[in-house]
Amino acid sequence: MAEQVGRRPHVRPITSEWIFRHPRYLKYMVREFSCLFIGAWTLMLVCALGRLSEGPEAWARFLEGLKSPLIVAFHVVALAFAVYHSYTWFQLTPKALPLQVGEKFLPDGVISGAHFAAWAVLSAAILYFSGVL
Amino acid sequence: MSERQVEIEVLRYNPETGQEPHFQRYSVKCREEWVVLDALNHIKETIDPTLSYRWSCHMAVCGSCGMMVNGEPKLACKSFLRDYPGLIRVEPLRHFPVERDLVTVIDDFVAKLARVKPYLIPKGAPEAATGEYQQTPAQLKRYKQFTLCINCMLCYAACPEYGLIPKYIGPAAITLGHRWNEDSRDGGRAQRQEELAATEGVWECSFVGACSDVCPEHVDPAAAIQQVKIKSTIDWYTEHLMPWLNK
Amino acid sequence: MARSNKPIVWGPFAAGGTLTAFVTPALILITLLAALGHAPDLLAYERLHALAGHWLVKVVLAGVVFLSLWSAAHRLRITCYDLGVRADTLVATVVYAVALAGTGGAVLYLARI
Repeated sequence: MAEQVGRRPHVRPITSEWIFRHPRYLKYMVREFSCLFIGAWTLMLVCALGRLSEGPEAWARFLEGLKSPLIVAFHVVALAFAVYHSYTWFQLTPKALPLQVGEKFLPDGVISGAHFAAWAVLSAAILYFSGVL
Repeated sequence: MSERQVEIEVLRYNPETGQEPHFQRYSVKCREEWVVLDALNHIKETIDPTLSYRWSCHMAVCGSCGMMVNGEPKLACKSFLRDYPGLIRVEPLRHFPVERDLVTVIDDFVAKLARVKPYLIPKGAPEAATGEYQQTPAQLKRYKQFTLCINCMLCYAACPEYGLIPKYIGPAAITLGHRWNEDSRDGGRAQRQEELAATEGVWECSFVGACSDVCPEHVDPAAAIQQVKIKSTIDWYTEHLMPWLNK
Repeated sequence: MARSNKPIVWGPFAAGGTLTAFVTPALILITLLAALGHAPDLLAYERLHALAGHWLVKVVLAGVVFLSLWSAAHRLRITCYDLGVRADTLVATVVYAVALAGTGGAVLYLARI
């Protein structure tokens, strides 16, 4: 742009405080933080596979090692975050995968609902297969 | 109709003085049914004629009066005083440089809109054109929602990624490109992908969703962006894993 | 502007996010019960070892580990940037490396079962 008399645009600096400007940004951050717990739990799964591959004694030691208040607390927090991840993921799925039937689009609730239903069925199947249910 | 004494704090900035931006408070007698824009107009007409801001239609169709009202990107003509019982703080739309008072520099936004080629790119050669385009209601419905954008830039103010990464092409631009890609008359998706599927295109989006939250026309730019991400990903994998499909 | 190669990292992220959304809560519940001293039947050594011995189960488990770690890694990369960490290339290298290392470990262990 040509130099115009008196123009001196002011640029406002960006800081991390944007996270606290509105609840939606905080909720976004909570959703994103779920990755820490899902990632940590999966790494624990890898360790479990390692112990499993070493034989029954190693596996028994692993199961014993899980029985600590810290591990229980971690699991409770991780479960909460994992459920929040699932909830937010399925709420957002219809945005990414709209389905036009005839002229109308399927309502978001139908697509999310189908995912939540599948999640419930799959979870029940996993828990049944593992002997929990 | 009743009146109400409203305290309004506006961020002032005059580039011709050496002053840094600062808040100026006005006490304004307003009618209860007014919007923030009415209050600003009243200030300018009766208290302080130096106050500068953009506005036009006063009915949320032109997209001119976007500003931060108590920290949220809003159209001043659609922000009712009755929803703000206390002090009302008005600032220029976030993430844009401030020209003067509430007027922002929107060159970046305008340039980004142009980059997505927001016009009909015909399929095939022009010579093959056989009269007017035909489009069924279903084909129109497919992209109709994305045509509703009024270029108000509230989504850019809400998007933290645009704030952090100024090069990000942004929600409205992507939505506009997607609008044309989804138009059955159009054949320019491959061309637009050069901008949309670039790093500074959809890939800077992390689906915060704030853009769709604040959009006054319910365009849902977040949805458009995710749809472009998925199509771009499918494109990439078919191109690289099934090269025999490429023309 | 040229088309980005971001889909290489985004594709597995999207797949992993979907996968973890569907299965991870139930799986965490299983190990939570184990941590509480009520390990479900599946976690008995004989049963689990037999299950994990099947080649298809190994492939599935390796896939689950890879996609879960990858999507977590990618999200962590984005989060770091959101929090103001500018060294994106460094962060990306570290997080993806951890994801791949974890996957490699899983593959190694599964091969030994």
